[in-house]
Amino acid sequence: MADKHKHVDEVSGVETTGHEWDGIRELNNPMPRWWVYTFYATIIWAIGYAIAYPSWPMLTEATKGVLGYSSRAEVTAELSDAKAAQASNAERIASSPIEDIMADPELKQFAISAGASAFKVNCAPCHGSGAAGGKGFPNLNDNDWLWGGNPQEIYQTIAHGIRYDGDEETRVSEMPVFADMLTPDEMRATAAYVLSLTAMPSNPALVEPGKQLFADNCASCHGADAKGSREVGAPNLADAIWLKGEGEQAITDQIRSPKHGVMPGWVNRVGDPVVKDLAIFVHSLGGGE
Amino acid sequence: MHYQPAQKAGSVERLEAKPINAARLGRPLYEKRRKIFPKRAEGRFRRFKWLVMLVTLSIYYLTPWIRWDRSAHAPDQAVLVDLAARRFYFFFIEIWPQEFFFVAGLLVMAGFGLFLVTSAVGRAWCGYACPQTVWVDLFLVVERFIEGDRLARMRLDTGAWTFDKVRKRVAKHAIWLVIGVATGGAWIFYFADAPTLMKSFVALEAAPVAYMTVATLTATTYVFGGLMREQVCTYMCPWPRIQAAMLDENSLVVTYNDWRGERRTRHAKRAAAAGEVVGDCVDCNACVAVCPMGIDIRDGQQLECITCALCIDACDGVMDKLGRQRGLISYATLSDYSANMALATNNGAIPIDPRRVRDGNGVFVQGIRDFDWRIIFRRRVVLYFGVWALVGLGMLYALVSRDRLELNVLHDRNPQYVVESDGSVRNGYVIKLLNMIPEPRRITLSLDGMPSARVRIAGQAPGDGQSFSVAVDPDKVTSFKIFVTLPKESLVEAQSGFSFRAEDPSSKERDVYRTNFIQPGTAK
Repeated sequence: MADKHKHVDEVSGVETTGHEWDGIRELNNPMPRWWVYTFYATIIWAIGYAIAYPSWPMLTEATKGVLGYSSRAEVTAELSDAKAAQASNAERIASSPIEDIMADPELKQFAISAGASAFKVNCAPCHGSGAAGGKGFPNLNDNDWLWGGNPQEIYQTIAHGIRYDGDEETRVSEMPVFADMLTPDEMRATAAYVLSLTAMPSNPALVEPGKQLFADNCASCHGADAKGSREVGAPNLADAIWLKGEGEQAITDQIRSPKHGVMPGWVNRVGDPVVKDLAIFVHSLGGGE
Repeated sequence: MHYQPAQKAGSVERLEAKPINAARLGRPLYEKRRKIFPKRAEGRFRRFKWLVMLVTLSIYYLTPWIRWDRSAHAPDQAVLVDLAARRFYFFFIEIWPQEFFFVAGLLVMAGFGLFLVTSAVGRAWCGYACPQTVWVDLFLVVERFIEGDRLARMRLDTGAWTFDKVRKRVAKHAIWLVIGVATGGAWIFYFADAPTLMKSFVALEAAPVAYMTVATLTATTYVFGGLMREQVCTYMCPWPRIQAAMLDENSLVVTYNDWRGERRTRHAKRAAAAGEVVGDCVDCNACVAVCPMGIDIRDGQQLECITCALCIDACDGVMDKLGRQRGLISYATLSDYSANMALATNNGAIPIDPRRVRDGNGVFVQGIRDFDWRIIFRRRVVLYFGVWALVGLGMLYALVSRDRLELNVLHDRNPQYVVESDGSVRNGYVIKLLNMIPEPRRITLSLDGMPSARVRIAGQAPGDGQSFSVAVDPDKVTSFKIFVTLPKESLVEAQSGFSFRAEDPSSKERDVYRTNFIQPGTAK
């Protein structure tokens, strides 16, 4: 940029920048005036912006800006707006009995949506995000219900839990340990009979003695037809669903020393309206009665 | 102010007009804008441009107000971009978001159309139909109405700030702003029901975005059409630069035919008397004075020239007055021009000699080439037209053959299947029925390929059939969950999948969606 080397293009009569690439020089035309003004305007804008909004990083935080804007405050405001928008439906759910909610399609849909998100937070760790359960954890999609599958019964189960120490209204049932009462052969025979209700056992000869053993020891809770009893939470043994595992060995194990699942009661943790949401959501999964 | 013909027959008023970009001026490219005061032109191209302006502005301002009865379930505005409901209405056509390729196709057609027109007749878009040109023309009408024609405006511009000047300037800018508001206002009517929006807009009850849009478009219209004008074309628009690649030696461009115009002189008679050879150009500068870009077409084809042809009108008027043939400035191709130039200069051997192109009676000699319209149908133009028409035909075919009933099926992902207590297997699906006509319908949904399966809608009593009828809202997606249950003994039926079939029993429109039924052991 030395002045003495000022180079002027012969054709246009315009000064060049002094740079040269393979004989090509760059003309040093001034910027259009409006362009320069626009550039100045952006600078002024930037200064104003830096004053108005959080911009300069300091030691612990950035400058606040005179407008006091913060994206976090905006999110909080949006969240409280959303809460306010849901308030009327949420209040109606809190004050209505579960049958009334089921009868109102809009309110029911609201409860299902609310229940779906509450389920992901509270229930998914045991029952799975799709409510499909697993061994020892019931699948909530199917139509096999230990304690009943209408919305009111589901509500009761969720609210107070099963075999849950912290709630006096909890559902309780306990299958006796048969290891001391039956011999291993008797237990095998009983298991063979139970399996024969839905499948072919390995030794058909055991079915007949097993039937008598079942009538003597099991029918009082599981019923003479082995279809279970919801009053005591006794599972239906004549269906295709096996909570504690499938097959003769699993049945034998369960007779010998039964495993019992525990579900906490939720009404004191999440409150009555959310339990309603959850009950209606679970009922809507496809197996509800 | 009207163009004042010269008083004396055979003499032409000489105008004080200088081009803004003449090479001989050695102008710097960047400096304060030189003001341009285009003089009013009269002639056939000007009349044609008035017509184009009337048609295009009418289309723009009036289209949102055209009513088009669809049904009680759809808006009755002929052209409507309903962003909130994600529908685009164009007379009898309704486009859903997934049919946006129609809009993409239109843009492709617009692009090829631009290439086509440019190849055929040069920068016709710039000169006649570009909104920038049309609105600048409109703004110039206002300017002339208030401040007068070229000379009066120049006097006013340099004159002192008298009350009269202030009054005229305020009036001019006020009307410009009103035009700007009307332009922005017309734009928002394409996005909502025009009469309703008009009422709420005037009552200050419309959405803030409406006012912001109008404000923005008012600003751009006012600034681009009133203040920046030719600078938009020269500095901002990419098209003048791209179109250089579209032109060839057979493209029509506005051309000063110096082979008959030079040597130009203001004193033709005196020069002729002195035995000098003179051309048709009397150097009256009419072509420069009328140019909205402020250039001198006699310097040859230039980036700035938008081929509005007003200089042709101006020059033709002068030629008429002088009793000479029109066409000293004309639409011509480079090849025609070069041939004529070669004739006039004896292939460059001598300076231009207008005597070489005319016979003794002043009639052009045989070899002079005039514009031949057949040159328009050359290969590249036909090729562009072919591509353009192909896209158009493809879209037309897509339009007439498109479905107005669509079925989408989403298989539940978690859980993929559910075993019921009787051992049957249940799969859940979310059904989306797209009813793309503005009438409510009843659609029959049925299963194909699993005769033992039973279907039911979630939340309703278990069905025992394979099909059910569902009411779908007009012009909406109806979405619901269904369960398909297959008995344990019939699970083999599901091995190769099955189909959902949606059918409108009255119109027989149907859509089929093939999907899978997942069972234990086949889970994917």
